[in-house]
Amino acid sequence: MLFSDIILETYIALTTNKARSGLTMLGIVIGIGSVIAMIAVGQGAQQSVQSRIQSIGSNLLMIRPGFARSPGQNVSQGQGSSTSLTLEDAEAIRADVPSLGAVAPSVAGNYQVIAGGSNTRTSVTGTLPAYMNVRNISIESGSFFTDLHDARRSKVAVIGPDVRDELFPEGEEVAGKKIRIKGIDFTVLGVTESKGGSGMDNSDDVIYVPLSTAIQYLTGTESISMISVTVADQEQMDAASAAIRELLLERHDIADSSSADFRIMNQADIVETASSVTETFTLLLGAVAGISLLVGGIGIMNMMLTTVTERTREIGLRKAIGAKRRDISRQFLSESVALTFLGGVVGVVAGWGAAALLTRFGGVATSVSGISVVLAFGVSAVIGIIFGYYPARRAARLNPIEALRYE
Amino acid sequence: MIECRNLSKIYRNGDNETVALSGATFSVVDGEFLAIMGPSGSGKSTLMNILGLLDSPSGGRYILDGKDISKYSEDELADIRIRKIGFVFQSFNLLPRTSVIRNVMLPLVYEGVPRSGRRALAEAALRAVEFPEDRWEHLSNQLSGGQMQRVAIARALVNNPSLVFADEPTGNLDTKTGERVMAALRKLNREKGHTIILITHESEIAGYADRIITIRDGGIVSDLQNTAVHTV
Repeated sequence: MLFSDIILETYIALTTNKARSGLTMLGIVIGIGSVIAMIAVGQGAQQSVQSRIQSIGSNLLMIRPGFARSPGQNVSQGQGSSTSLTLEDAEAIRADVPSLGAVAPSVAGNYQVIAGGSNTRTSVTGTLPAYMNVRNISIESGSFFTDLHDARRSKVAVIGPDVRDELFPEGEEVAGKKIRIKGIDFTVLGVTESKGGSGMDNSDDVIYVPLSTAIQYLTGTESISMISVTVADQEQMDAASAAIRELLLERHDIADSSSADFRIMNQADIVETASSVTETFTLLLGAVAGISLLVGGIGIMNMMLTTVTERTREIGLRKAIGAKRRDISRQFLSESVALTFLGGVVGVVAGWGAAALLTRFGGVATSVSGISVVLAFGVSAVIGIIFGYYPARRAARLNPIEALRYE
Repeated sequence: MIECRNLSKIYRNGDNETVALSGATFSVVDGEFLAIMGPSGSGKSTLMNILGLLDSPSGGRYILDGKDISKYSEDELADIRIRKIGFVFQSFNLLPRTSVIRNVMLPLVYEGVPRSGRRALAEAALRAVEFPEDRWEHLSNQLSGGQMQRVAIARALVNNPSLVFADEPTGNLDTKTGERVMAALRKLNREKGHTIILITHESEIAGYADRIITIRDGGIVSDLQNTAVHTV
């Protein structure tokens, strides 16, 4: 039996009952489509998390307060809950640790912000001008505040583009405008450039104010929520991290480094943590979609078994004429593979489309990778073989005499 | 071309043994028109299945063209069937919703004849059974019974087999159409020299053959030359 004969027989068999072939194929289309779309969502999340983290800067160390523990107790109150970091710690790091670029202590809180008739609740970061360099922040219009603003505890603010859109929806020039944060008037100095991003950690939905202003008017405590440090040379990251650790342990009078009341994180750690989270997320989505693919495969098997039964006499005739087992099994296998392969093609297109729609209308970052497309094709062909194998074998093993007599 | 010695077939179903055929011994020479006649359940279908290589005997020897094929595998038998044997069935067994010409070409597909050569062979076979040319592209289910059986005969002939089995070929046809189908088989035997083995329970139909083997309860009861061959 020539290959072209198998293709022709398959075409005839599948077009004979178009509705049944179409519905069976739909199972595979949905399966492959959801695998493609779900993996696209997962990978999109992964990429946007990584790019956002990388946009912060790759030579960044972040020092945060650790777990608060009362003396003699081992009850942790959660990361960042202690008030162990102070402005003096930041000063000491700047003064004593060599090979550092900039050091920017910061405090953060969420406050109600009002401007004219609009109001929003957003994150307010109190910090020093060095923060601009540390976090790669650029100014779109106006200016960032200066050390002088900080020294004078000026009530000035720099706002993110999302905050601007929220508070000044008319698109007017905002520099010089007044906003009220926690009931206190601040003068807007400028707007930061958009860095993209969405969700909880949106760097566009933030307001920056001078550190001493924030401590005096907003947070009311001397403790620092984070010290961001850039290391001049990326090679020195580990050395700098170790030096800071040693300095802070000494300053906080802690002998055992395992009970440190602060944490030093670098870029690699954060990317790794975020990746492992989004990888799990991708895997979970893929697994859910995989189940629908499996159901589609069972649909194929069901249809093929029905087909074999319906065509028993035809199979008997073909065998009587001289078709060998492999001729028969190839014919039926080719039908199921054709169904899954076509379903795979349509499914990839549908999944791609679904991912594009999710991005366009749902604001979800997606990324369809070549690997997932190749994988989807491979999987759909394999499903065709696996779920077509049993029906094809059953057809090939039919006894021609009994098959010819089958009513 | 066929030599059977003591052929037997026993079906086992649990502890029950059914003897469908026992001690069938006869031979068939090239170009013969032989009828195997007997009532239903006599074992004539079993004999045809064995002779047509669709089934293997439980005992005895079956020598086809000098080769003992009693112990051949399923695929080896299929290989001989495709080259040497054609079948005509009572219920035609054409592929539904498929054109006449494609039905006739089907054995060539399994024989591995190149696509380009198939149509000419199929047309020759259809001409040999005098199937009207304007219906070659009709679908098989649009034909009358007599036409379907002609297509089936053409299909049996397309790979130019030396041996053609006709299993109750007129069983689903009216008398008049049946006569024409029998005449077509006779003509193929006389003019093209195909060996034809006819299986039937009607002595009327068996009368078209040159030789009639009568079978009853799995055994041959008579093997006679037909002195009064039907002519149409």
